[in-house]
Amino acid sequence: MLRFILRRLLQMVGVVIVLSLLVFLWLRSLPGGTVSAILGEKATPARRAALEKALGLDQPIYVQYWEFVKRALKGQFGSSTGVLPGSDAFQIFLQRFPATVELSFFAIILAVLLGIPLGYMAARRRATWFDNGTVVGSLIGVAVPVFFLAFLLKYWFAIKLHWLPVSGRQDPGLDATRVTGFFVVDGVLTREWDAAWDAIKHLILPALALATIPFAVIFRITRASVLDVMDEDYVRTAESKGLTNRVIRGRHILRNALLPVVTTIGLQTGGLLVGAILTERVFSFGGLGEAVAIAFERRDYAVLQVCILMAAITFVVINLLVDIAYAVIDPRVRTR
Amino acid sequence: MPPSLTPRGKKQRIDDLAASSGSGSAVGTAVDEVSVDDAGYVEETAGVSLIASAWRRLRGNPVFLLGAGITVLFVLVAIFAPLIAPHDPTAGLLIDKVRKQTNPIPGPQAGFPLGADDSGRDILSRLIVGSRQTLVVGVCATVFGFAGGLTLGTLAGAFGGWVDSVVMRAVDVMLSIPSLLLAVSIAALAKQPSQWTVIIAIATVQVPIFARLLRGSMLAQRASDHVLAARALGVKRSAIVFRHMLPNSLGPVIVQATLVIAGAIIDAAALSFLGLGNPDDRQPEWGQMLGAAQQYIYDYPALAVWPALCIIVVALGFTLMGESLREALDPKTRR
Repeated sequence: MLRFILRRLLQMVGVVIVLSLLVFLWLRSLPGGTVSAILGEKATPARRAALEKALGLDQPIYVQYWEFVKRALKGQFGSSTGVLPGSDAFQIFLQRFPATVELSFFAIILAVLLGIPLGYMAARRRATWFDNGTVVGSLIGVAVPVFFLAFLLKYWFAIKLHWLPVSGRQDPGLDATRVTGFFVVDGVLTREWDAAWDAIKHLILPALALATIPFAVIFRITRASVLDVMDEDYVRTAESKGLTNRVIRGRHILRNALLPVVTTIGLQTGGLLVGAILTERVFSFGGLGEAVAIAFERRDYAVLQVCILMAAITFVVINLLVDIAYAVIDPRVRTR
Repeated sequence: MPPSLTPRGKKQRIDDLAASSGSGSAVGTAVDEVSVDDAGYVEETAGVSLIASAWRRLRGNPVFLLGAGITVLFVLVAIFAPLIAPHDPTAGLLIDKVRKQTNPIPGPQAGFPLGADDSGRDILSRLIVGSRQTLVVGVCATVFGFAGGLTLGTLAGAFGGWVDSVVMRAVDVMLSIPSLLLAVSIAALAKQPSQWTVIIAIATVQVPIFARLLRGSMLAQRASDHVLAARALGVKRSAIVFRHMLPNSLGPVIVQATLVIAGAIIDAAALSFLGLGNPDDRQPEWGQMLGAAQQYIYDYPALAVWPALCIIVVALGFTLMGESLREALDPKTRR
């Protein structure tokens, strides 16, 4: 087990190193280069040369990469030029990270709570109208562009019906106390229940939009997996032994069918980050996703490099954790 | 294998055998009875090839028929677009009805059932002609992604060993960057965004997915008996890869390609939404129309709803078709 974890950790370090190299090369090959990105196209040659020297761009490329890595390890990615001009890019990342984590967490909980039971029910009622309807429904969910769905939800439930807030994470008039950066958790910790409830209301629409694709994926994996397991010999044995339906469903079918679902949930983190870019932009949610969207619009490369690097690292770490969890549940994985 | 055969004849027979024993593949041809017996192949399909049995199941599957119907209709509209479209999609025919302050979007009226956009261009005609560019983006992104994945996957699957390790680590790194973020990063590299930057950006994201898929099924082929037999007979490595392994590995990859077309059309819309789409709107494309409509979305939602609806229906068509193909070709569901 320890060897398995160590091997995966080493692999992860390798991936992160290559990734840093890619982000570094990407920054250097952006149109006009870093200098134009910061100073604009019309800067005087003297100013360009000065900035080039200040950024170390006159050094050989491997020296530049080494400097980039050293600065990255210290969290120095330069100042933002577009998202919040002048402030430190890494600070922007740290401030906005909790918002996206909170939103993604809500979305994945929604997706799991709907996807697993519906997937199980669809498999048990195979080839009925319920099965066909939910399968086609989940496929429609995948076919709708996420940002369009977000617009629809916002237009209908926030602007027309006024049921839920239009944008943001919390009503600024509430003047809630900040502890962790997770607004719902903050509200609960400080017992400001109205603040927590307000944060939840702000989460519902973006989380719904964000949850569609993970829901569709979890639903279909659960359905396929339950269908597979239902035909296994041990389920037939359990049935012929006369075990109650409840025991067969819970212990024999669901527990075995959920193994692939666990991996899928881990793989969804990348998709959640992408979805967050689109939904947060629509709802002006103030998380990482919105920062990335604005950074691309305004070419804020300082913020982009942090976000791309950290998004990829988050994805790799979460999948490492999922793999370890999987190895704990299923010993066969370890020997691979 | 009877020992009386000449070596040349044997090789030929194994070559043919390997090419025909494509169980679990979409391109395996009908299994020839004689060679099947020779190889000790269990005759469970009783002479019915995978394609034939898959087609039998697909013919009666309403989900597949719906998906295929939508796809065929979409392709037909794209081909005959200039003949179907009632107006020139680039002409500002209703430009006098556009009032920048009070009414930027002319509503539906006689001859213009869906109204016009903020340049006075007929929306219905733009949607019909837009199907062309949409199809081009979807198909080109998929073909380029497929070609890239084919190269990497074949390299990894054919050689194994350290080549496999290096290629797959590279693929892992690409997969660790969330897909749209990768696409947007690549699109941002272009000096001037255009239809081609959109296509290349989306294609790049598909490369690691195709590569992984192909490598997986190639590795399974490597371990299979017909490849071992061909190797034992001294068939050249290139012949083994291109005549035995590759054709038998393509099935799942082709199904994936159907699904990728749907994803590419949706991703193109997302790129437009983020301001990295094709800014030149003389050649309309649905994703670009949807992206451009966002500035009016709360006052004139219809402007966004039409292209969005087109994208949803077409993406659904490709998805329904791809999913039912996958199910039909999956040996597990053959009953």
